[in-house]
Amino acid sequence: MKSSVITFPGSNCDRDMDVALKKFGFRNKMVWHADAELPKSDLVVLPGGFSYGDYLRCGSMASKSKIMQSVINFANSGGMVMGICNGFQILVETGLVPGVLLRNKYLEFICKNVFVKINDKKNKYFKNLDNEVLEFHVAHNEGNYFCTNDQLKEIEDNNQIAINYCDENGKIEDQFNPNGSIKNIAGIFNKEKNVLGMMPHPERMIDTSLSGEDGSLFFKTLINNLK
Amino acid sequence: MKISVIITLKKDVLDPQGKVIHQTLDGMGFEDVNEVRQGKYFEIDTKETDNDKAKAKVEEMCKKLLANLVIENYKIIDPK
Repeated sequence: MKSSVITFPGSNCDRDMDVALKKFGFRNKMVWHADAELPKSDLVVLPGGFSYGDYLRCGSMASKSKIMQSVINFANSGGMVMGICNGFQILVETGLVPGVLLRNKYLEFICKNVFVKINDKKNKYFKNLDNEVLEFHVAHNEGNYFCTNDQLKEIEDNNQIAINYCDENGKIEDQFNPNGSIKNIAGIFNKEKNVLGMMPHPERMIDTSLSGEDGSLFFKTLINNLK
Repeated sequence: MKISVIITLKKDVLDPQGKVIHQTLDGMGFEDVNEVRQGKYFEIDTKETDNDKAKAKVEEMCKKLLANLVIENYKIIDPK
């Protein structure tokens, strides 16, 4: 399986993602934001970081960079595109997934492990994953998911919520919502479910000596689902 | 010609920064304040000399980059 990780000026989780993808069998290529052509890929990842210094709105500048037109075309033709953290912010700015990510409710940068409950498994990202709840890491200042009421209705009608913040048993309640996101939303799909944006970092959970291994479960399942 | 744009958050969107500014003002003794909403201000110096054309261009900029219409409104201020 071939993957591509896009590096924007200010990306800082791109190499972590490269390590994670390679560890679980992807042949990964790093792609510079100013390139026009996307290498042949089964998966494209927009990594975390602070592209363009988070100027104007997080992800807004990166969403207009040269490579993104190819990424958008790839996504619109059914290609798998995953945005993590800043990558999620870039995805919402392109309009590939609905909504926006606002400043965290309590104005603090959040850096901690969280539990997320998988809301939908009828997609190539979470299909065949045994767990209902995963422990991932979040590190963000603007992860407060927001959308209009009309958008929320559409998202719910189409089952586009991917993961919600919860406790270790999968209970989705306000007290387990780290950043004020509507309905504890931590990740969301496009309608066709080939595009996934999420705030948590699975690539930070791939080594038991450093963290947990729920990221390993995620990547192992993902590559098998793509085969 | 210089054109200015003001971007504000839509009414229903939570503005935690505005809230904190409000609380701070309150603590400083400005107790009459009902609400504070924080926004952005842009000054765009363009080569275009035609008022209407320049405004149309800036409107396009607002829609495509300067504002995110899910959460923000924009207001273009007439060039002087």
